[in-house]
Amino acid sequence: MKIQRIGHRGQKTVSIGDLPRREVRLFVVFCLLSALCVLLSSDAIASDVSLHGFVQGNYSFSSRASNPDGGDFKWAEERVQLKLDASKEPLRLFIKTDAFYDHIDEKAQIELREGYIDYIEKKWDLRAGRQIITWGLGDLIFINDVFPKDYEAFFSGRPMEYMKKGIGGAKIGLYPAFASFEFIAIPIFEPNNYTNARRFYMFDPMPNVTNREEKNPPSNLENTEFALRAYRDIAGFDAAVYLYRGFYRKPYMMPDDINSTTKITYHYPKLSVYGASLQGRALDGVLSFEAGYYDSRQDRAGTDYTAPNSQTKFLVGYQRQLWEDFTIGLQYYNEYMHDYSEYVKNQPSGLPKDRKLYQLATVRLTQLLMHQTLKLSFFSFYSTSDGDYMLNPEIKYNFSDHIWAAIGANVFGGGEKWSQFGQLDRNDNIYLQLRYEF
Amino acid sequence: MIRYLIFLIAVLLPFEVFAISAEDVMKKSQAAFLYQGKDFKSRVMMKLISKGGQERIRELSMLRKNFGEAGGDQKFFMYFFQPADVKDMTFMVYKYPAKDDDRWLFVPAINMVRRIAAQDKTSSFVGSDFTYEDVSGRDIQDDTHAMLKEEKLGARDCYVVKSAPKARDVDYSYKLSWVDKGNFLPLKEEYYDKKGELSRVFTADEIKDVKGFPTTTKRTMKNLHSGHRTEVTYTKTDYNSGIEDSLFSERYLKQPPKKWIE
Repeated sequence: MKIQRIGHRGQKTVSIGDLPRREVRLFVVFCLLSALCVLLSSDAIASDVSLHGFVQGNYSFSSRASNPDGGDFKWAEERVQLKLDASKEPLRLFIKTDAFYDHIDEKAQIELREGYIDYIEKKWDLRAGRQIITWGLGDLIFINDVFPKDYEAFFSGRPMEYMKKGIGGAKIGLYPAFASFEFIAIPIFEPNNYTNARRFYMFDPMPNVTNREEKNPPSNLENTEFALRAYRDIAGFDAAVYLYRGFYRKPYMMPDDINSTTKITYHYPKLSVYGASLQGRALDGVLSFEAGYYDSRQDRAGTDYTAPNSQTKFLVGYQRQLWEDFTIGLQYYNEYMHDYSEYVKNQPSGLPKDRKLYQLATVRLTQLLMHQTLKLSFFSFYSTSDGDYMLNPEIKYNFSDHIWAAIGANVFGGGEKWSQFGQLDRNDNIYLQLRYEF
Repeated sequence: MIRYLIFLIAVLLPFEVFAISAEDVMKKSQAAFLYQGKDFKSRVMMKLISKGGQERIRELSMLRKNFGEAGGDQKFFMYFFQPADVKDMTFMVYKYPAKDDDRWLFVPAINMVRRIAAQDKTSSFVGSDFTYEDVSGRDIQDDTHAMLKEEKLGARDCYVVKSAPKARDVDYSYKLSWVDKGNFLPLKEEYYDKKGELSRVFTADEIKDVKGFPTTTKRTMKNLHSGHRTEVTYTKTDYNSGIEDSLFSERYLKQPPKKWIE
């Protein structure tokens, strides 16, 4: 999955799946805290407990135009994160919780970022609870990383770790001699988070339709997502294959009547992904290949305009250090749509059409200075098929071992008013991240 | 006749004095400094000290295992305790004598292992005055070695070897090493830049016996141009503690075993 096209979507309404999910999360927190009590009380001498975290300010100023609702900040918050790590073999408990105050919506909230229990044996292990999983080789381009993302965090200039959302589920690792395996089951669907319509300008093909609803796949055994990754070394290269059965995490629009729409329902079509990747040393650097076939199970014929067509995605990446503490990373990405003629035939006339072949190139430059305490970086997306772009320069400085600050910008433009980055044209922002870590 | 004999002895003398070649000294030194035991572990505290006295701390567990003879393949596993923004990061290196290393970094905040493309010849290790090569070693055959002299450094008898890189792949033109004649540990190294000026100085500040292996437990690298220096202390050092091959894997990069990173 690449950074997904955000378009075709307006105001977010309360998700149907929200209520049960919240209860499940509270239950998870309760279980984790109970487990912690057991861990700590049973034999405090043998258990190993650590508490770390940070206090952070994060502000992002809209530099090009005021927000759709008139505000000037894409993001403005103070945040505290606590990370509790307790282990007593073969068990380990990890909880990462954030509390923050959001100045734009003027609300305080607590967020469980991760919370899980590990059970570790010699040849296998289990991780149960809310956890972040990252697969694949892409740098901000995701093919086999089918796990939830927060694109609003990314476009608002939040620290990169906030682009990844946790999943609630279980992961089993198996480590026989010939290969390693990760098997994941996710009973509760978690969609991607996209930009908020009050803070970001986005393309909306039907701005006059205000009755909108989001429909998550209900949580049941049949809808449980499964993902498998098998990996090993092949002749000095890291090789992996990936399988996924679940849902698109981007919502697709389903109008009640395409000719006179009164209501739009957003749904998450069924998806399976079959992929592979290879990475190793070559050409004085690191070379990466990743590919995946996206089987759109609800629209295999490509005739349903409310669900995407199946696609083949391919990525090649190369990174190399050119001189001391300067690294360049290049990527080229292709997304090929199957049954394109059916897509063209069935796409309603008022909606923009995707290309048969979408192409995207990225460049990352990183220079470290002053004993690696000053980091200058530049990242850019440029779509060679759509002509739109995103630029992200950033300066980060570690004032001491505990305090760092980063200043950067997100600049969007080019392409069409509905293309991935083109639609974000008026959302340029300058951001500040300031963190005290302990 | 006597004059002829004296001349002959004078000509042969330098060869007789150095019973061991410069290259052999450096090979033995590499074996003593970087390859002792089947495996090695230590808690490493690095103090990065600026000219003005500002200190930054880099604290890590370092584990190393040999695969083959001295000068052969090695694997390194590192876990970072400090500073706070890199806590729980792990780093793994597969080191090969005649080709570039393989390196992986684990970033805990997003639970991601990725390969990194850094070149070890010029890259600073975690921002310190040591390069990766200073930490994990440089191939003997990358340099031309010449024995300059023998002299005492403090109370220790040393060989003094000049090593000049064959390729222009590093930022110094040559290095002088004072290698202890007894245990072959490097006691001092001087790096000279392209202008022939002394640029960096390494000193072994404390050597302890650990399980019968003389081990440099305190060392300093000073950059004379910037005035910046890095002081390193090794504690909890041990050899042959039975580090398994499986430690050097993605699995344990993500979940470093407690018993090895204490």
